[in-house]
Amino acid sequence: MSIYTRRRIANGVVMSLSVAATAFGLLWLVLVLWTLLENGIAAITPALFSQMTPPPGSAGGLLNAIFGSVVMTLIATLVGTPTGILAGTFLAEYSRGSRFGEVVRFINDILLSAPSIIVGLFVYELMVVRMGHFSAWAGSMALAIIVIPVVVRTTEDMLNLVPNALREAAAALGSPKWKVIVMVSYRAAIQGMVTGVMLAVARIAGETAPLLFTALNNQFWSTNLDAPMANLPVVIFQFAMSPYADWQVLAWGGALLITLTVLCLNIGARALASWSTFKQ
Amino acid sequence: MSPPQAAARLAMQLAPSDPHVTDPEPVPGQKAVIRNVDFFYDTFRALKNISLPLHDKRVTAFIGPSGCGKSTLLRILNRIYELYPGQRATGEVLVDGENILAPGLDLNLLRAKIGMVFQKPTPFPMSIYDNIAFGIRLYERLTRPELDDRIEAALRRAALWDEVKDKLRQSGLGLSGGQQQRLCIARAVAVEPEILLLDEPASALDPLSTQRIEELIAELKDDYCIAIVTHNMQQAARSSDYTAFMYLGELIEFDETERIFTHPTQKQTEDYITGRFG
Repeated sequence: MSIYTRRRIANGVVMSLSVAATAFGLLWLVLVLWTLLENGIAAITPALFSQMTPPPGSAGGLLNAIFGSVVMTLIATLVGTPTGILAGTFLAEYSRGSRFGEVVRFINDILLSAPSIIVGLFVYELMVVRMGHFSAWAGSMALAIIVIPVVVRTTEDMLNLVPNALREAAAALGSPKWKVIVMVSYRAAIQGMVTGVMLAVARIAGETAPLLFTALNNQFWSTNLDAPMANLPVVIFQFAMSPYADWQVLAWGGALLITLTVLCLNIGARALASWSTFKQ
Repeated sequence: MSPPQAAARLAMQLAPSDPHVTDPEPVPGQKAVIRNVDFFYDTFRALKNISLPLHDKRVTAFIGPSGCGKSTLLRILNRIYELYPGQRATGEVLVDGENILAPGLDLNLLRAKIGMVFQKPTPFPMSIYDNIAFGIRLYERLTRPELDDRIEAALRRAALWDEVKDKLRQSGLGLSGGQQQRLCIARAVAVEPEILLLDEPASALDPLSTQRIEELIAELKDDYCIAIVTHNMQQAARSSDYTAFMYLGELIEFDETERIFTHPTQKQTEDYITGRFG
Protein backbone atom coordinates (compact mmCIF):
# COMPACT_ATOMS: atom_id res chain seq x y z
CA MET A 1 0.00 0.00 0.00
CA SER A 2 1.44 3.36 -0.94
CA ILE A 3 2.10 6.02 1.67
CA TYR A 4 -0.46 8.25 0.02
CA THR A 5 -3.26 5.65 0.20
CA ARG A 6 -2.47 4.95 3.84
CA ARG A 7 -2.55 8.62 4.60
CA ARG A 8 -5.93 8.96 2.92
CA ILE A 9 -7.36 6.04 4.88
CA ALA A 10 -5.99 7.41 8.17
CA ASN A 11 -7.42 10.80 7.31
CA GLY A 12 -10.82 9.25 6.54
CA VAL A 13 -10.88 7.26 9.79
CA VAL A 14 -9.94 10.23 11.99
CA MET A 15 -12.40 12.45 10.16
CA SER A 16 -15.25 9.95 10.65
CA LEU A 17 -14.45 9.56 14.34
CA SER A 18 -14.40 13.34 14.83
CA VAL A 19 -17.72 13.78 13.07
CA ALA A 20 -19.24 10.92 15.06
CA ALA A 21 -18.01 12.40 18.36
CA THR A 22 -19.41 15.82 17.44
CA ALA A 23 -22.75 14.29 16.44
CA PHE A 24 -22.86 12.31 19.69
CA GLY A 25 -22.32 15.47 21.73
CA LEU A 26 -24.81 17.51 19.75
CA LEU A 27 -27.42 14.77 19.90
CA TRP A 28 -27.89 15.20 23.66
CA LEU A 29 -28.08 18.94 23.38
CA VAL A 30 -30.75 18.67 20.71
CA LEU A 31 -32.63 16.04 22.74
CA VAL A 32 -32.56 18.21 25.86
CA LEU A 33 -33.75 21.25 23.95
CA TRP A 34 -36.43 19.26 22.16
CA THR A 35 -37.76 17.70 25.36
CA LEU A 36 -37.79 21.10 27.02
CA LEU A 37 -39.67 22.69 24.14
CA GLU A 38 -42.12 19.83 23.86
CA ASN A 39 -43.01 19.86 27.54
CA GLY A 40 -42.41 23.48 28.42
CA ILE A 41 -44.02 25.37 25.59
CA ALA A 42 -47.49 24.64 26.97
CA ALA A 43 -46.55 26.41 30.21
CA ILE A 44 -45.36 29.61 28.47
CA THR A 45 -48.54 31.63 28.96
CA PRO A 46 -49.18 35.18 30.18
CA ALA A 47 -50.06 33.66 33.57
CA LEU A 48 -46.49 32.34 33.89
CA PHE A 49 -45.22 35.92 33.97
CA SER A 50 -48.07 37.48 35.96
CA GLN A 51 -49.05 35.06 38.75
CA MET A 52 -47.34 33.66 41.81
CA THR A 53 -46.33 30.08 42.37
CA PRO A 54 -49.57 28.32 43.28
CA PRO A 55 -50.37 25.73 45.90
CA PRO A 56 -50.95 22.29 44.37
CA GLY A 57 -54.18 21.99 42.42
CA SER A 58 -54.71 25.65 41.57
CA ALA A 59 -53.61 27.83 38.71
CA GLY A 60 -50.56 30.08 38.94
CA GLY A 61 -47.34 31.25 37.40
CA LEU A 62 -43.71 31.87 38.25
CA LEU A 63 -43.62 35.66 38.66
CA ASN A 64 -42.14 35.63 42.17
CA ALA A 65 -39.53 33.08 41.13
CA ILE A 66 -38.59 35.00 37.99
CA PHE A 67 -38.32 38.19 40.02
CA GLY A 68 -36.21 36.48 42.68
CA SER A 69 -33.85 34.99 40.12
CA VAL A 70 -33.40 38.34 38.36
CA VAL A 71 -32.80 40.22 41.64
CA MET A 72 -30.31 37.73 43.06
CA THR A 73 -28.48 37.35 39.74
CA LEU A 74 -28.30 41.13 39.48
CA ILE A 75 -26.89 41.61 42.99
CA ALA A 76 -24.43 38.76 42.50
CA THR A 77 -23.27 40.32 39.23
CA LEU A 78 -22.98 43.79 40.78
CA VAL A 79 -20.85 42.40 43.61
CA GLY A 80 -18.90 39.84 41.62
CA THR A 81 -18.05 41.85 38.51
CA PRO A 82 -16.03 44.70 40.07
CA THR A 83 -14.32 42.30 42.46
CA GLY A 84 -13.48 39.90 39.65
CA ILE A 85 -12.29 42.62 37.27
CA LEU A 86 -10.06 44.19 39.91
CA ALA A 87 -8.58 40.83 40.87
CA GLY A 88 -8.08 39.90 37.21
CA THR A 89 -6.42 43.27 36.62
CA PHE A 90 -4.12 42.64 39.55
CA LEU A 91 -3.11 39.27 38.12
CA ALA A 92 -2.57 40.49 34.57
CA GLU A 93 -1.10 43.94 35.15
CA TYR A 94 0.51 44.03 38.58
CA SER A 95 1.66 40.57 39.56
CA ARG A 96 3.24 39.19 36.41
CA GLY A 97 5.83 36.63 37.29
CA SER A 98 5.43 37.12 41.05
CA ARG A 99 4.99 34.20 43.43
CA PHE A 100 1.99 35.81 45.10
CA GLY A 101 0.27 36.17 41.73
CA GLU A 102 0.87 32.50 40.99
CA VAL A 103 -0.73 31.53 44.30
CA VAL A 104 -3.76 33.77 43.71
CA ARG A 105 -4.18 32.38 40.19
CA PHE A 106 -3.98 28.81 41.47
CA ILE A 107 -6.55 29.42 44.21
CA ASN A 108 -8.82 31.15 41.75
CA ASP A 109 -8.66 28.15 39.43
CA ILE A 110 -9.64 25.88 42.30
CA LEU A 111 -12.56 28.18 43.13
CA LEU A 112 -13.51 28.15 39.46
CA SER A 113 -13.95 24.40 39.48
CA ALA A 114 -15.31 24.07 43.03
CA PRO A 115 -18.69 22.31 43.18
CA SER A 116 -21.35 24.96 43.66
CA ILE A 117 -22.95 22.99 46.50
CA ILE A 118 -19.77 23.62 48.52
CA VAL A 119 -20.22 27.34 47.92
CA GLY A 120 -23.82 27.01 49.08
CA LEU A 121 -22.79 25.21 52.28
CA PHE A 122 -20.07 27.79 52.91
CA VAL A 123 -22.49 30.71 52.70
CA TYR A 124 -24.99 28.74 54.77
CA GLU A 125 -22.43 28.50 57.57
CA LEU A 126 -21.26 32.06 57.11
CA MET A 127 -24.56 33.89 56.77
CA VAL A 128 -27.66 31.74 57.18
CA VAL A 129 -26.59 30.18 60.48
CA ARG A 130 -25.50 33.52 61.94
CA MET A 131 -28.58 35.40 60.74
CA GLY A 132 -30.78 32.57 61.89
CA HIS A 133 -32.81 32.37 58.68
CA PHE A 134 -32.56 31.95 54.92
CA SER A 135 -32.40 35.15 52.90
CA ALA A 136 -31.98 36.61 49.43
CA TRP A 137 -28.80 38.33 50.63
CA ALA A 138 -27.26 34.96 51.36
CA GLY A 139 -28.40 33.66 47.98
CA SER A 140 -26.86 36.64 46.22
CA MET A 141 -23.58 36.17 48.06
CA ALA A 142 -23.41 32.50 47.12
CA LEU A 143 -23.97 33.41 43.48
CA ALA A 144 -21.42 36.24 43.69
CA ILE A 145 -18.80 33.77 44.92
CA ILE A 146 -19.46 31.75 41.78
CA VAL A 147 -19.25 34.83 39.55
CA ILE A 148 -15.91 36.07 40.88
CA PRO A 149 -13.55 33.32 39.67
CA VAL A 150 -15.16 33.28 36.23
CA VAL A 151 -14.70 37.04 35.84
CA VAL A 152 -11.18 36.95 37.30
CA ARG A 153 -10.18 34.31 34.79
CA THR A 154 -11.65 35.95 31.69
CA THR A 155 -10.42 39.41 32.70
CA GLU A 156 -6.91 38.12 33.17
CA ASP A 157 -6.97 36.15 29.93
CA MET A 158 -8.31 39.09 27.96
CA LEU A 159 -5.79 41.54 29.45
CA ASN A 160 -2.99 39.09 28.66
CA LEU A 161 -4.04 39.26 25.02
CA VAL A 162 -3.42 43.02 24.95
CA PRO A 163 -0.02 43.44 23.31
CA ASN A 164 2.68 44.83 25.58
CA ALA A 165 3.60 47.22 22.79
CA LEU A 166 0.39 49.13 23.56
CA ARG A 167 1.28 49.44 27.25
CA GLU A 168 4.78 50.55 26.35
CA ALA A 169 3.43 53.12 23.92
CA ALA A 170 1.15 54.60 26.57
CA ALA A 171 3.85 54.55 29.24
CA ALA A 172 6.27 56.17 26.79
CA LEU A 173 3.98 59.21 26.65
CA GLY A 174 4.45 59.63 30.39
CA SER A 175 1.19 57.99 31.41
CA PRO A 176 0.97 56.67 34.97
CA LYS A 177 0.29 52.96 35.20
CA TRP A 178 -3.33 53.16 36.34
CA LYS A 179 -4.11 55.35 33.35
CA VAL A 180 -2.40 52.92 30.99
CA ILE A 181 -4.65 50.18 32.38
CA VAL A 182 -7.92 52.12 32.40
CA MET A 183 -7.49 54.05 29.16
CA VAL A 184 -5.59 51.54 27.03
CA SER A 185 -5.63 47.96 28.37
CA TYR A 186 -9.32 47.99 29.34
CA ARG A 187 -10.31 49.59 26.08
CA ALA A 188 -8.45 46.97 24.10
CA ALA A 189 -9.92 44.12 26.15
CA ILE A 190 -13.40 45.42 26.94
CA GLN A 191 -15.40 43.17 24.62
CA GLY A 192 -13.74 40.04 25.95
CA MET A 193 -14.25 41.19 29.51
CA VAL A 194 -17.96 41.87 28.92
CA THR A 195 -18.24 38.45 27.30
CA GLY A 196 -16.77 36.93 30.47
CA VAL A 197 -19.32 38.71 32.65
CA MET A 198 -22.17 37.52 30.43
CA LEU A 199 -20.94 33.95 30.62
CA ALA A 200 -20.76 34.26 34.41
CA VAL A 201 -24.35 35.52 34.49
CA ALA A 202 -25.40 32.62 32.28
CA ARG A 203 -23.68 30.25 34.67
CA ILE A 204 -25.40 31.51 37.84
CA ALA A 205 -28.80 31.87 36.20
CA GLY A 206 -29.25 28.12 36.45
CA GLU A 207 -27.40 27.36 39.69
CA THR A 208 -29.61 25.46 42.13
CA ALA A 209 -27.37 24.02 44.81
CA PRO A 210 -26.03 27.29 46.24
CA LEU A 211 -29.56 28.74 46.47
CA LEU A 212 -31.00 25.65 48.15
CA PHE A 213 -28.89 26.40 51.22
CA THR A 214 -29.21 30.16 51.17
CA ALA A 215 -32.24 31.83 49.60
CA LEU A 216 -34.31 28.66 49.84
CA ASN A 217 -37.72 29.44 48.38
CA ASN A 218 -40.78 31.54 48.97
CA GLN A 219 -44.29 30.70 47.88
CA PHE A 220 -45.35 34.34 47.91
CA TRP A 221 -44.36 37.62 46.35
CA SER A 222 -41.50 39.07 48.38
CA THR A 223 -39.11 41.92 47.73
CA ASN A 224 -37.53 41.63 51.16
CA LEU A 225 -33.87 40.77 50.66
CA ASP A 226 -33.61 39.80 54.31
CA ALA A 227 -36.12 36.98 53.87
CA PRO A 228 -36.23 33.78 51.85
CA MET A 229 -36.88 34.52 48.19
CA ALA A 230 -38.34 32.42 45.41
CA ASN A 231 -36.08 31.66 42.46
CA LEU A 232 -36.44 29.62 39.31
CA PRO A 233 -33.91 26.83 39.91
CA VAL A 234 -35.23 25.89 43.37
CA VAL A 235 -38.85 26.16 42.22
CA ILE A 236 -38.07 23.88 39.29
CA PHE A 237 -36.37 21.47 41.65
CA GLN A 238 -39.29 21.45 44.06
CA PHE A 239 -42.10 21.39 41.46
CA ALA A 240 -40.47 18.80 39.23
CA MET A 241 -40.06 16.42 42.18
CA SER A 242 -43.69 16.86 43.24
CA PRO A 243 -46.46 14.42 42.32
CA TYR A 244 -48.77 17.25 41.09
CA ALA A 245 -49.22 17.53 37.32
CA ASP A 246 -49.82 21.32 37.28
CA TRP A 247 -46.63 21.91 39.33
CA GLN A 248 -44.72 19.71 36.90
CA VAL A 249 -45.94 21.74 33.95
CA LEU A 250 -44.75 24.93 35.66
CA ALA A 251 -41.39 23.29 36.30
CA TRP A 252 -41.06 22.52 32.58
CA GLY A 253 -41.97 26.12 31.80
CA GLY A 254 -39.37 27.45 34.22
CA ALA A 255 -36.72 25.11 32.83
CA LEU A 256 -37.44 26.27 29.30
CA LEU A 257 -37.31 29.90 30.43
CA ILE A 258 -33.88 29.51 32.07
CA THR A 259 -32.51 27.57 29.11
CA LEU A 260 -33.66 30.18 26.63
CA THR A 261 -32.22 32.98 28.79
CA VAL A 262 -28.85 31.22 29.06
CA LEU A 263 -28.94 30.50 25.34
CA CYS A 264 -29.56 34.17 24.58
CA LEU A 265 -26.79 35.27 26.93
CA ASN A 266 -24.36 32.85 25.30
CA ILE A 267 -25.31 33.92 21.81
CA GLY A 268 -25.00 37.55 22.90
CA ALA A 269 -21.55 36.88 24.36
CA ARG A 270 -20.53 35.09 21.19
CA ALA A 271 -21.80 37.92 19.00
CA LEU A 272 -19.96 40.46 21.13
CA ALA A 273 -16.73 38.48 20.88
CA SER A 274 -16.91 38.12 17.11
CA TRP A 275 -17.79 41.78 16.79
CA SER A 276 -14.64 42.69 18.68
CA THR A 277 -12.42 40.50 16.48
CA PHE A 278 -14.06 42.01 13.45
CA LYS A 279 -13.38 45.49 14.74
CA GLN A 280 -9.71 44.83 15.24
CA MET B 1 22.37 85.32 28.86
CA SER B 2 23.79 86.98 31.95
CA PRO B 3 27.53 87.91 31.96
CA PRO B 4 28.59 85.19 34.46
CA GLN B 5 26.81 82.52 32.44
CA ALA B 6 28.39 83.71 29.23
CA ALA B 7 31.80 83.66 30.89
CA ALA B 8 31.26 80.14 32.12
CA ARG B 9 30.22 78.97 28.70
CA LEU B 10 33.24 80.63 27.10
CA ALA B 11 35.57 79.05 29.64
CA MET B 12 34.06 75.66 28.89
CA GLN B 13 34.56 76.05 25.19
CA LEU B 14 38.17 77.05 25.68
CA ALA B 15 38.96 74.27 28.12
CA PRO B 16 40.74 71.27 26.64
CA SER B 17 38.17 68.54 26.12
CA ASP B 18 38.86 65.46 28.13
CA PRO B 19 36.19 62.76 27.81
CA HIS B 20 37.21 61.08 31.06
CA VAL B 21 36.49 64.04 33.27
CA THR B 22 33.01 63.85 34.78
CA ASP B 23 31.66 67.27 34.17
CA PRO B 24 28.12 68.03 35.36
CA GLU B 25 27.89 71.07 33.07
CA PRO B 26 26.22 70.16 29.78
CA VAL B 27 28.38 70.65 26.70
CA PRO B 28 26.71 73.04 24.27
CA GLY B 29 25.00 71.21 21.44
CA GLN B 30 24.88 67.95 23.34
CA LYS B 31 21.36 67.26 24.53
CA ALA B 32 22.24 64.01 26.23
CA VAL B 33 25.39 62.23 27.23
CA ILE B 34 25.48 58.49 27.76
CA ARG B 35 28.31 57.62 30.08
CA ASN B 36 29.65 54.16 30.94
CA VAL B 37 26.28 52.53 30.66
CA ASP B 38 25.85 48.81 31.26
CA PHE B 39 22.56 46.99 30.88
CA PHE B 40 21.43 43.68 32.32
CA TYR B 41 18.60 41.31 31.48
CA ASP B 42 18.68 39.52 34.83
CA THR B 43 22.32 38.39 34.81
CA PHE B 44 22.97 38.72 31.08
CA ARG B 45 25.04 41.81 30.33
CA ALA B 46 23.52 43.17 27.13
CA LEU B 47 25.40 46.46 27.00
CA LYS B 48 29.03 46.93 27.93
CA ASN B 49 30.32 50.29 28.99
CA ILE B 50 28.58 52.44 26.36
CA SER B 51 29.49 56.12 26.15
CA LEU B 52 28.35 58.55 23.49
CA PRO B 53 26.66 61.94 23.17
CA LEU B 54 23.35 62.78 21.49
CA HIS B 55 23.47 66.15 19.76
CA ASP B 56 20.57 68.56 19.88
CA LYS B 57 18.72 69.18 16.62
CA ARG B 58 20.62 66.31 15.07
CA VAL B 59 19.76 62.71 14.24
CA THR B 60 21.88 59.99 15.78
CA ALA B 61 21.49 56.52 14.29
CA PHE B 62 22.24 53.28 16.14
CA ILE B 63 23.15 50.52 13.71
CA GLY B 64 24.41 46.98 14.09
CA PRO B 65 23.35 43.38 13.58
CA SER B 66 20.37 41.91 15.47
CA GLY B 67 21.03 41.43 19.14
CA CYS B 68 23.81 44.01 19.25
CA GLY B 69 21.94 46.03 21.88
CA LYS B 70 20.91 49.04 19.83
CA SER B 71 17.23 48.84 20.81
CA THR B 72 18.24 48.14 24.38
CA LEU B 73 20.30 51.32 24.40
CA LEU B 74 17.37 53.32 23.04
CA ARG B 75 15.05 51.86 25.69
CA ILE B 76 17.39 53.10 28.41
CA LEU B 77 16.94 56.70 27.35
CA ASN B 78 13.33 56.87 28.58
CA ARG B 79 13.73 54.02 31.05
CA ILE B 80 10.89 52.13 29.41
CA TYR B 81 12.75 48.93 30.33
CA GLU B 82 11.60 49.52 33.91
CA LEU B 83 8.18 48.13 32.97
CA TYR B 84 9.82 44.73 33.20
CA PRO B 85 11.26 43.39 36.42
CA GLY B 86 14.75 41.95 36.08
CA GLN B 87 15.99 44.58 33.67
CA ARG B 88 18.38 47.23 34.96
CA ALA B 89 20.89 49.77 33.77
CA THR B 90 23.99 51.14 35.47
CA GLY B 91 26.08 54.15 34.59
CA GLU B 92 24.88 57.62 33.77
CA VAL B 93 22.69 59.22 31.15
CA LEU B 94 22.86 62.98 31.49
CA VAL B 95 20.04 64.92 29.87
CA ASP B 96 20.71 68.64 30.18
CA GLY B 97 23.16 67.71 32.90
CA GLU B 98 20.72 65.68 34.96
CA ASN B 99 21.32 61.96 35.41
CA ILE B 100 18.09 60.30 34.33
CA LEU B 101 19.21 56.90 35.63
CA ALA B 102 19.24 58.30 39.16
CA PRO B 103 16.89 56.48 41.55
CA GLY B 104 13.83 58.40 42.66
CA LEU B 105 13.41 60.19 39.34
CA ASP B 106 9.76 60.60 38.30
CA LEU B 107 9.57 58.26 35.32
CA ASN B 108 6.28 59.67 34.04
CA LEU B 109 7.70 63.18 33.84
CA LEU B 110 10.85 61.82 32.22
CA ARG B 111 8.85 59.99 29.56
CA ALA B 112 6.73 63.05 28.88
CA LYS B 113 10.00 64.82 28.04
CA ILE B 114 11.44 62.00 25.97
CA GLY B 115 9.05 60.65 23.36
CA MET B 116 9.28 57.24 21.72
CA VAL B 117 7.96 55.62 18.56
CA PHE B 118 8.07 51.85 18.25
CA GLN B 119 8.79 49.39 15.50
CA LYS B 120 5.21 48.26 15.07
CA PRO B 121 2.59 50.98 14.86
CA THR B 122 0.75 51.07 18.19
CA PRO B 123 -2.43 53.12 17.79
CA PHE B 124 -4.58 52.96 20.92
CA PRO B 125 -8.04 51.44 20.49
CA MET B 126 -9.71 54.83 20.33
CA SER B 127 -10.40 57.55 17.78
CA ILE B 128 -7.64 59.30 15.84
CA TYR B 129 -8.42 62.46 17.81
CA ASP B 130 -8.29 60.72 21.18
CA ASN B 131 -5.08 58.92 20.27
CA ILE B 132 -3.34 62.28 20.20
CA ALA B 133 -5.40 63.93 22.94
CA PHE B 134 -4.44 61.09 25.31
CA GLY B 135 -0.85 62.26 25.70
CA ILE B 136 -1.69 65.96 25.81
CA ARG B 137 -4.37 65.52 28.47
CA LEU B 138 -1.92 63.74 30.76
CA TYR B 139 -0.07 66.92 31.62
CA GLU B 140 -2.11 69.82 30.35
CA ARG B 141 -5.60 71.21 30.94
CA LEU B 142 -6.64 72.75 27.66
CA THR B 143 -9.91 74.19 26.44
CA ARG B 144 -11.55 72.40 23.55
CA PRO B 145 -10.38 74.87 20.85
CA GLU B 146 -6.82 74.81 22.22
CA LEU B 147 -6.82 71.04 22.17
CA ASP B 148 -8.21 71.00 18.63
CA ASP B 149 -5.40 73.31 17.54
CA ARG B 150 -2.73 71.19 19.17
CA ILE B 151 -4.07 68.05 17.57
CA GLU B 152 -4.23 69.64 14.14
CA ALA B 153 -0.67 70.95 14.55
CA ALA B 154 0.60 67.54 15.58
CA LEU B 155 -1.11 65.82 12.66
CA ARG B 156 0.24 68.41 10.25
CA ARG B 157 3.68 67.91 11.75
CA ALA B 158 3.42 64.21 11.01
CA ALA B 159 2.15 64.88 7.48
CA LEU B 160 -1.10 63.08 8.26
CA TRP B 161 -3.58 65.94 8.57
CA ASP B 162 -4.80 65.98 4.97
CA GLU B 163 -5.53 62.26 5.07
CA VAL B 164 -7.46 62.18 8.35
CA LYS B 165 -8.96 65.63 8.88
CA ASP B 166 -12.43 64.41 7.88
CA LYS B 167 -12.35 61.29 10.04
CA LEU B 168 -10.84 62.38 13.34
CA ARG B 169 -13.63 60.57 15.21
CA GLN B 170 -12.96 57.24 13.54
CA SER B 171 -10.85 54.53 15.13
CA GLY B 172 -7.11 54.83 14.74
CA LEU B 173 -7.07 51.09 14.06
CA GLY B 174 -8.75 51.70 10.70
CA LEU B 175 -5.73 53.49 9.23
CA SER B 176 -3.12 51.82 7.03
CA GLY B 177 0.18 50.74 8.57
CA GLY B 178 2.06 53.79 7.31
CA GLN B 179 -0.69 56.12 8.49
CA GLN B 180 -0.78 54.41 11.88
CA GLN B 181 2.95 54.95 12.27
CA ARG B 182 2.60 58.63 11.39
CA LEU B 183 -0.26 58.81 13.90
CA CYS B 184 2.14 57.46 16.52
CA ILE B 185 4.72 60.07 15.56
CA ALA B 186 2.05 62.78 15.77
CA ARG B 187 1.09 61.43 19.19
CA ALA B 188 4.70 61.57 20.32
CA VAL B 189 5.35 65.13 19.10
CA ALA B 190 1.98 66.40 20.37
CA VAL B 191 3.24 66.32 23.96
CA GLU B 192 6.18 68.50 22.86
CA PRO B 193 9.05 66.33 24.04
CA GLU B 194 12.68 67.39 23.87
CA ILE B 195 14.13 64.12 22.65
CA LEU B 196 12.51 61.73 20.21
CA LEU B 197 13.44 58.06 20.23
CA LEU B 198 12.58 56.06 17.12
CA ASP B 199 12.91 52.29 17.35
CA GLU B 200 13.05 51.01 13.77
CA PRO B 201 10.09 53.24 12.91
CA ALA B 202 9.93 52.21 9.26
CA SER B 203 10.88 48.54 9.32
CA ALA B 204 7.26 47.35 9.20
CA LEU B 205 6.33 49.72 6.40
CA ASP B 206 6.38 49.67 2.60
CA PRO B 207 8.99 51.74 0.69
CA LEU B 208 6.65 54.68 0.08
CA SER B 209 5.62 54.97 3.72
CA THR B 210 9.28 54.57 4.67
CA GLN B 211 10.17 57.51 2.49
CA ARG B 212 7.49 59.64 4.11
CA ILE B 213 8.76 58.74 7.57
CA GLU B 214 12.31 59.66 6.54
CA GLU B 215 11.15 63.01 5.17
CA LEU B 216 9.39 63.52 8.45
CA ILE B 217 12.54 62.78 10.43
CA ALA B 218 14.42 65.32 8.33
CA GLU B 219 11.83 67.96 9.23
CA LEU B 220 11.54 67.05 12.88
CA LYS B 221 15.26 67.33 13.54
CA ASP B 222 14.99 71.11 13.29
CA ASP B 223 13.27 71.02 16.67
CA TYR B 224 14.29 67.84 18.39
CA CYS B 225 17.20 65.72 19.40
CA ILE B 226 16.45 62.45 17.61
CA ALA B 227 17.87 58.99 18.21
CA ILE B 228 16.91 56.30 15.73
CA VAL B 229 17.53 52.56 15.72
CA THR B 230 17.59 51.07 12.26
CA HIS B 231 18.44 47.87 10.48
CA ASN B 232 18.57 49.69 7.21
CA MET B 233 22.00 51.15 6.53
CA GLN B 234 20.83 53.27 3.63
CA GLN B 235 18.30 54.78 6.00
CA ALA B 236 21.00 55.54 8.55
CA ALA B 237 23.20 57.04 5.84
CA ARG B 238 20.34 59.10 4.43
CA SER B 239 18.70 60.45 7.51
CA SER B 240 21.26 60.70 10.31
CA ASP B 241 24.02 63.14 11.21
CA TYR B 242 25.83 60.83 13.61
CA THR B 243 26.04 57.07 13.60
CA ALA B 244 26.91 54.63 16.33
CA PHE B 245 27.88 51.14 15.22
CA MET B 246 27.30 48.50 17.87
CA TYR B 247 28.22 44.86 18.00
CA LEU B 248 27.53 42.29 20.73
CA GLY B 249 26.66 44.91 23.30
CA GLU B 250 29.65 47.10 22.64
CA LEU B 251 29.95 50.43 20.93
CA ILE B 252 32.50 49.77 18.19
CA GLU B 253 32.53 53.17 16.59
CA PHE B 254 30.77 56.51 16.89
CA ASP B 255 31.27 59.39 14.51
CA GLU B 256 29.63 61.68 12.02
CA THR B 257 27.56 59.57 9.67
CA GLU B 258 29.53 60.63 6.63
CA ARG B 259 32.80 59.52 8.23
CA ILE B 260 31.37 56.20 9.39
CA PHE B 261 30.12 55.37 5.93
CA THR B 262 33.18 56.62 4.01
CA HIS B 263 36.17 56.20 6.32
CA PRO B 264 35.34 53.90 9.20
CA THR B 265 38.31 53.42 11.48
CA GLN B 266 37.30 49.98 12.71
CA LYS B 267 37.48 46.83 10.62
CA GLN B 268 34.16 45.54 12.05
CA THR B 269 32.35 48.72 11.08
CA GLU B 270 33.69 48.51 7.56
CA ASP B 271 32.73 44.85 7.25
CA TYR B 272 29.21 45.60 8.45
CA ILE B 273 28.48 48.62 6.28
CA THR B 274 29.88 46.90 3.22
CA GLY B 275 27.59 43.95 3.90
CA ARG B 276 30.25 41.40 4.72
CA PHE B 277 28.46 40.34 7.90
CA GLY B 278 25.39 41.11 9.96
